[in-house]
Amino acid sequence: MYQKNPAIGKGFDWVLIGLYALLVLIGLLCIFSVEYRTTDGVIESFLGFKKNYSKQFIFFIVCIAVAIFILLTDSKLFTAMANISYLAGFLLILATFVLGKEIKGSKSWIPLGFMNLQPVELCKIFASLALAKYLSMPNIDFKKSQSQLIAAAISFTPAILSILQGETGLALVYFSFLIPMYREGLPPGYLITGFAMAILLIVSLLFSPVTLLIAFFVLAILFIYVSRRQIKRNKSLLGLVVGVWLFSSAFVGVVVPLAFKYVFKPYQADRIFSMVGVDNPFADKNVSGLLNPQDQKAKQKKDDQQNYNVKQSKIAIGSGGFFGKGFLKGTQTQGDFVPEQHTDFIFTSVGENFGFWGSALLMLLYMALIFRIINIAERQRSTFSRVYAYCVASIIFFHVAVNICVTIGLAPVIGITLPLLSYGGSSLLTFTILIFILIRLDADRLMILR
Amino acid sequence: MPVFNQSSKNVIKLSFAGMFVIIIFQLANLQIFSTKYRIMADDQGKFRKVIYPDRGIVYDRHRKAILQNMTIYDLMILPNKLKGIDTAALCRVLDIDKDQFLKRVVDVIVKNGRSRPSVFEALLSDEKMAMINEAMYKFVPGFYMQERPVRSYPVDAGGNILGYLSEVDSNFLRQHANEGYQIGDYAGKTGLERTYEKVLMGKRGIEFWKRDNKNRLTERLDNGSLDTAAIAGNNMHLALDIELQELGEKLMENKLGAIVAVDPKTGGVLAMISSPTFKPKLLAGSTRKKHIAELLLNPALPLYNRTVSAIYSPGSTFKTLQALIALNEGVIETSTRFSCSGAFYGCGSQRPMQCLDKGVFDLRSAITVSDNTYFANIMQRVINNPKYPTVDSSLAAWVQYMYSFGLGHKLGVDVAGEVAGNIPTPNQYNKIYGAGHWNFCTFRSVSIGQGEVNVTPLQVANEMAFIANKGWYKTPHMVDSIEGGDQFSLLTKFNVQHNTSNISDSVFEIVHEAMQGVVDRGTGLGARVEGIDICGKTGTVENYIGAVKQPNHAFFCGFAPRDNPKIAIMCVVENSGKFGGTYAAPIVGLMIEKYLKDSITNAGRLDQIEKLSSLNLLPARIYKEIRRQDSLGLISESANVISKPSLKKMNDTNALDEGDGKKLIDKFKKDSDLNKERRSKKDSYPFSFKKYIEAVLPDEKRKSVVSVTVKN
Repeated sequence: MYQKNPAIGKGFDWVLIGLYALLVLIGLLCIFSVEYRTTDGVIESFLGFKKNYSKQFIFFIVCIAVAIFILLTDSKLFTAMANISYLAGFLLILATFVLGKEIKGSKSWIPLGFMNLQPVELCKIFASLALAKYLSMPNIDFKKSQSQLIAAAISFTPAILSILQGETGLALVYFSFLIPMYREGLPPGYLITGFAMAILLIVSLLFSPVTLLIAFFVLAILFIYVSRRQIKRNKSLLGLVVGVWLFSSAFVGVVVPLAFKYVFKPYQADRIFSMVGVDNPFADKNVSGLLNPQDQKAKQKKDDQQNYNVKQSKIAIGSGGFFGKGFLKGTQTQGDFVPEQHTDFIFTSVGENFGFWGSALLMLLYMALIFRIINIAERQRSTFSRVYAYCVASIIFFHVAVNICVTIGLAPVIGITLPLLSYGGSSLLTFTILIFILIRLDADRLMILR
Repeated sequence: MPVFNQSSKNVIKLSFAGMFVIIIFQLANLQIFSTKYRIMADDQGKFRKVIYPDRGIVYDRHRKAILQNMTIYDLMILPNKLKGIDTAALCRVLDIDKDQFLKRVVDVIVKNGRSRPSVFEALLSDEKMAMINEAMYKFVPGFYMQERPVRSYPVDAGGNILGYLSEVDSNFLRQHANEGYQIGDYAGKTGLERTYEKVLMGKRGIEFWKRDNKNRLTERLDNGSLDTAAIAGNNMHLALDIELQELGEKLMENKLGAIVAVDPKTGGVLAMISSPTFKPKLLAGSTRKKHIAELLLNPALPLYNRTVSAIYSPGSTFKTLQALIALNEGVIETSTRFSCSGAFYGCGSQRPMQCLDKGVFDLRSAITVSDNTYFANIMQRVINNPKYPTVDSSLAAWVQYMYSFGLGHKLGVDVAGEVAGNIPTPNQYNKIYGAGHWNFCTFRSVSIGQGEVNVTPLQVANEMAFIANKGWYKTPHMVDSIEGGDQFSLLTKFNVQHNTSNISDSVFEIVHEAMQGVVDRGTGLGARVEGIDICGKTGTVENYIGAVKQPNHAFFCGFAPRDNPKIAIMCVVENSGKFGGTYAAPIVGLMIEKYLKDSITNAGRLDQIEKLSSLNLLPARIYKEIRRQDSLGLISESANVISKPSLKKMNDTNALDEGDGKKLIDKFKKDSDLNKERRSKKDSYPFSFKKYIEAVLPDEKRKSVVSVTVKN
């Protein structure tokens, strides 16, 4: 099955390369459909470098060059460079605090003249490499909390810095590193606890504390009654149940109200509540005093804008129907109704022009891409390659899942790109590098890279 | 929990797949199972643009266009493209200052937004249009011209017939709910524009456009494959002779009144003049707004179509019909003679109906000199005919004759606003006097066309056509044919020949002869035209406003030529004083000459046209009213406020022209106090209107003021 003598080009995973190219081309078509008007000449526009699809085409060519360059390097380079590049990325993020330029409310961009660089975006690569490097160290015991803490530090430091720069969307991406950690032996308890906490949080936002306290009490009694035999055998289970019940009740009754009152800023609280579709019950009492009317107006405008985005996005996708309106025939796409349609909301053009079958097919393509990467990960001999591959898969998954959920109204508006489809050099380049490093590593999977 | 016993690889794969399943479920939910997004998308992304077809063109009988379309231009503005435009130059062209300019721009942005085009100046006049066009390069892309089709009148005549368009109101929309009208549309308001709205309007087209987030139309949806094309309105050909119409309008200048001419063979209206009329060009294009207010305010009511909406007592012109009935009923013969020794004494001697030419008359001479006594006598015989058991039944028979002559009911002409007029019925007299309490003497003035008889000018012209045809008429109508066929069956009723009873041709011959005598040697000498045998009848009609006697209306009606009638015509000049023969007859003569000879070249006749045209017969009350309004105008300049009473007055003209008021005299005598009170409340001249009034007997050819004979 494996090539004994991997010559250049022989060891590469062409399926992955093919999926990559396919998605980028779909992206180009989508950006084209957003911007093209029947009055434009196609060839001239493509070569004019003024339209976004034309620029994206250039980015694609640059990415091909970068990809070829990566494929020509030695895979050992990446293990060797992992920590240094992480450090460099870290410094770059710090530098952003000084050199940064504010774009769309987040000061996370460094202007380079020909393009704007977002270090947090690039740092995904470096963090993946660094995490892979750390987890592939010999004698690492991932059951120890010390190792867990170090891995968490590697993963989440850029995220924290990113939040400080006002770029929450990208920061969330770093949570996807939990998945490779779980694969490498992080006890599932962490994930389960985290998941349970998330559910608890959402429930506490949706319902009033009194209702929840009663519900928790009833649930606890029921659980004890149903599993009374096990409890007789194992007293610690009772302790667990009571502990969970107490914690939940305390969380709902005390922590959440206090957190919204004193910890979150009003707009954050609003956004969190708008995510679950309810009004912020803590809004008026303590906020109006702090906000002057102008700020409130601005906040209102921003909220309206976000609601408008999601509404328009749902209209565009929903109006596609099963078969779609046909390429370049979408009225919503052509009418500029969806803001940011070429970047974060690029999926709407697929939804409108190609309908349900096109959207579902695109989802399947992404799934194929991600599963292909997981399969590649699983066939690696070196831990480094495997961890890195899982990082890539997780990052892509997280981006796709969150981005699509935003456009179809399942998640609050988080500014995050759709991998390979969204317009933007920074994003495209990052994913290209992520994927082609993996392809390079995979080509050398028979080598042991520590 | 079995899932956690799996290898972590599978757990990860499973949860990833689970996420994708959730997404695909939500996609299915949005795209397949919910329709609201499709509707919302269509609402905001598509635009249904209504395309207005050209309205149909109207031609006269000589295929000359008299109502057609022209394009004028609106100056449109795109506020977001104003940068770098020489607005100062534009201000100079439009003759506005900088502040006005800025105000308009702000208004437009408030109303319509920055990126959508709005009208900056509507309906540019020709000069402004030319000036802007010359300098257009300075104003692009912030300004551009947009076509707007409007109606135009190539010949400046026939305003009352052709009518005009106006914006539809809520009432109109309610009545025509399913005909595709929208707020802001224009529809025919009066005249033919109104009657033939369906024909002239055409079929509206629909274009589907894509619309962008700033509400701009970007491009056709599906390259226009869903669109329906607009179909232009059908052209119409009128029976009208526009040159005859122009002549008529000219002759009626400075007079109140009407001329109606019809083709007796077809019923087609050759000319229909209501005076004062308005120049239709005043209501076309950019000056419309200003002029419509003026027209509405004018106390002479130029927008009021007297030819079909005003009712008059027919006066002596009625005598021809009386003769027909009497002859046909056999109560008289041609040779039957009555003498007039000065008045009609058939109803006792207290209040005799006077006649002016004393002597003995047979039917022909009685018509020729318009002898009142003769017709009182013959109608008395008709009513007291032993053939009928009661006065009721004999009057009913008489009414049947009159109805069949086209009087007393709407003829069904295709001009809006027609009224029925009145022929007194037994019922009517029963109501006024009580059953059994009336006889011929009660309404004897009806015999000479005063009293309860009321007719419209059109009815008189039609009655002439009826006599000319010896017993039949076709419903008078403007429109002869519609190009592309009569889809709405609007013209079928005009082909129906209304035959009347059994009056023999010989009876008509007698009346024709008498009527020719009127023109050749009787009261209608003024209508004579060299080489044409004209049959005619004069009328001098007494009338009142309130209790105040006004100068007589002059009537003349007739047809020509006698052997082969081609034109039946009537003319009324309101309050002209003097006699029917004085003003109305020469007008009719000129009209007949123009129509039958195609042109008037004789210098003497041309001179007569000018003389008649410049003759000012407007009654003094009109000038008084103008002065009153002028002072009112100072108080409020709003045309709307003033136009309301003016509009009301238009309706009240009916009353004015019907004011033959014996009953009113009594009423005034009885309730003078009450009336004084009312008068002080009404600031305009007071006339209260009572529909049916008792007869007052005037005298034809009154040489001096004669005491009015009043029964009761």
